[in-house]
Amino acid sequence: MHILLALVTGILFAGGLYLMLRRSIVKLAFGLALIAQAANLAIFTSSGLVRGEPPIIEAGGMRLAAVSSDPVPQALILTAIVIGFALLAFVIVLIKRAAWIVGTDDLDDLRNVDRTAT
Amino acid sequence: MISPFSIILSGFLFAAAAPLLQRFTRDRAHVILALYPLLTLLLLINEYGLVVDGPVIRESLSWVPSLGIGLSFALDGLAYFFALIITTIGLLVLLYASAYFKGDQRLPRFYLLFMSFMASMLGLVLADTLITLFVFWELTGVSSYFLIGFNNQRAAARAGALQALLVTGLGGLALLAGFIMLGNIAGSYDLPRIMESSAIIQQSPLYPAILFLLLLGAFTKSAQVPFHFWLPNAMEAPTPVSAYLHSATMVKAGIYLLARLSPALGGTELWHYALSIPGAITMLLGAFLAFGQTDLKRLLAYSTISALGTLTLLLGLYTDDAVKAALIFLFVHSLYKGALFMIAGSVDHESGTRDIRALGGLYLQMPATAAAAVLAALSMAGLPPLLGFISKELLYEAKLQAPVAAPFVTAAGVCANALIVALAAKFVLMTFFGQAHSTPKQPHEAPILMRIGPALLAGFGLIAGLLPDQLASRLIEGAVQAVRPEIAPVHFSLWHGFTDVLILSTLTVGAGIALFRWGGWLLVRGERMRVLASLGPARAYDSLLRGTLRLANALTDAIQDGTLRHYLLLALIFLCVLLGAAAAPLLRHGTLPAMSGIPFHEAATAVLIALGAVTVASSKSRFTAITALGVVGFGVSLIFLFYGAPDLALTQFSIETLSIVLFVLVLPRLPKLLDTSSLSTRIRDALLSSLLGLLVALLVLLGADAHAPSHLQEFFGEYSVPFAHGRNVVNVILVDFRSLDTIGEITVLLVSALGVYALMRSWPGERQ
Repeated sequence: MHILLALVTGILFAGGLYLMLRRSIVKLAFGLALIAQAANLAIFTSSGLVRGEPPIIEAGGMRLAAVSSDPVPQALILTAIVIGFALLAFVIVLIKRAAWIVGTDDLDDLRNVDRTAT
Repeated sequence: MISPFSIILSGFLFAAAAPLLQRFTRDRAHVILALYPLLTLLLLINEYGLVVDGPVIRESLSWVPSLGIGLSFALDGLAYFFALIITTIGLLVLLYASAYFKGDQRLPRFYLLFMSFMASMLGLVLADTLITLFVFWELTGVSSYFLIGFNNQRAAARAGALQALLVTGLGGLALLAGFIMLGNIAGSYDLPRIMESSAIIQQSPLYPAILFLLLLGAFTKSAQVPFHFWLPNAMEAPTPVSAYLHSATMVKAGIYLLARLSPALGGTELWHYALSIPGAITMLLGAFLAFGQTDLKRLLAYSTISALGTLTLLLGLYTDDAVKAALIFLFVHSLYKGALFMIAGSVDHESGTRDIRALGGLYLQMPATAAAAVLAALSMAGLPPLLGFISKELLYEAKLQAPVAAPFVTAAGVCANALIVALAAKFVLMTFFGQAHSTPKQPHEAPILMRIGPALLAGFGLIAGLLPDQLASRLIEGAVQAVRPEIAPVHFSLWHGFTDVLILSTLTVGAGIALFRWGGWLLVRGERMRVLASLGPARAYDSLLRGTLRLANALTDAIQDGTLRHYLLLALIFLCVLLGAAAAPLLRHGTLPAMSGIPFHEAATAVLIALGAVTVASSKSRFTAITALGVVGFGVSLIFLFYGAPDLALTQFSIETLSIVLFVLVLPRLPKLLDTSSLSTRIRDALLSSLLGLLVALLVLLGADAHAPSHLQEFFGEYSVPFAHGRNVVNVILVDFRSLDTIGEITVLLVSALGVYALMRSWPGERQ
């Protein structure tokens, strides 16, 4: 499964980069979202996959079973998911607002912030 | 016992305190600041016997022990000799400057820079390791940059300062490279060790390169042809600065370096030619160019260039007599040139001009200054009974005994000295005697503090000339012995008898007076030659500077055009190369894991995510793209679920839902997806992205291969229950072990929410 997930990570990353290289500002946001997923998946895959053994200590036990998923990358990814959402939410609203005010979503036309005619 | 480090450190402390002192003492900071050079001078004089005859005083502090770099200082005869010049002239110029700048708002800044320079210069001559020396070398460069550009509202001053900084800074870089090579060969940066390694250094194949780099440093600092052009332009500095930096101290730093390192590097044939040829050219060219100058300061600057050339020439000859002559000449030159610069400043200050054509007959209004000028000029011309005479006799003696081409060297010396005589005559006679002209200001005598300096320096030239053995011999002897320990005791006397040297001296003076009297034709020539000179190195400097700036502009325009995409593209290409280079060697050893044994539901999820990603990237419809994004997100959460991460799956699931809700809410207001790029651009981007994606996939695989259970996993697994009373280890990490991080995360969410709220509100004056 490693190889498949690595490939999926690569595809997510490639798609995200391709979108970030577009002129449309909305695509830039989509690209960011994809790359966030790719990063999470990359950490998850490269830290070793253990099928179906969550890092939860059984009732009555005092310590984690020898075979179980590594909790550390999971904690990191959890934080990353939440932060990624915060960023995405802000970016979406910002883009909406910027496109609304400036009247374009072409990054090449967004060079000058003084263009606003109110 | 004198401590060089404390002397330098207190110099910087005085510098730092200078602006405050100036405020608290109501413009009398110079009284306190003068204590620094005065006390240092007294300390030095107190150690006179010890330093000149006794053992070298050394002091070492640990600095970067891992690199073998210490902060070491040594006070030997040579350092003592220079320190004496630096403090004496520093003291006099400081007092001079306090009167020169009287009432000037910028005095605090001047004091700060001036004192820093003085301390740096002392550090330079007292340094006992190459690295320490280099640090102070650069410090003198930086402080001189600010001092030259002191009148920073003048474009010419800024340009002159920048030129000096760039030219000497370039030399400084070469010097550092040379020092490092030298240190590698000798196995240490300590100067004593380097002196001991003289034979190894001179036999090393790197010797020519080292010598070249060091000479580049010394020649730029000491204004040797072809780097001489910065010195006249540095005359934009206020005159006290020129009197200190550009006559007695900083420009002598290169000479100091050559003298200091001559025991390690000197005496070879290469050394001889590499120093004496540029030195002789500088000596002649400087004197020749000086002759055509009408600005008093520029005239002095060019004659200083000539003197520096003479010094380089003498160190290149490197006979006993030449070293002796070099040091006594350096001493004499510092005395009379410092005095003459200060006098030029006084004339400028009191009459409003320093154009020699507009001056004349000032001896009536400025008798004391004129008297000092006459003495200093006589010393410059090398007439008895001044110290300048003794120095010139020794110069001729050394040149007559030059190991190679003695007649030629001597003839060059006579020519240059004749020009110097004419310059001295021109300076004094045209400024203080002859026809009086009307000047911008009604001239009057300079204030007392501006008379003390020139008078003392010029007066000392006379007294030391009368009593050379008592006042100068031992000092010079100590300095010479630091360079050449085996040298015989030095004795100076005013009268040598009727020798070849005396004939040469007489010839020089006669030729000089003739040049002054009937040198008009040379002036005309000089004028024409000056055009040639300005086509030379100064022009090269200008075009180099302009070219560099233009290149920088072009490069900036090319790679920073303000388009995010292009930055990204550049960064990605670079990343591609780096990742490729990192992955390539690993690939050879690794084997790809098998594709078999993957359950169908997992494979299907993976394929779904991949399809989703491709759809997002290629879709032209906003709705399709957002749906595909959702597919990707839910797919990833399924993967989390399969592989033992229920918390991640849950979070991802809810977050993904929220994201889609948000997208859908905003969707009607989001602009349509446009794709304005050409097909070729799209193909290029797709190829680059795919390549990077592939590299990332490889890295993830390699990472998974190399993964070993961390002891963090063990730690959290072991302590979750007993310490945090939690069984879900991921949760325990987030809310307990790393709870501060989680607070940070919540803060980010909060800030983002505030931002979203602010952006959603409508603002006044905005179309809605």
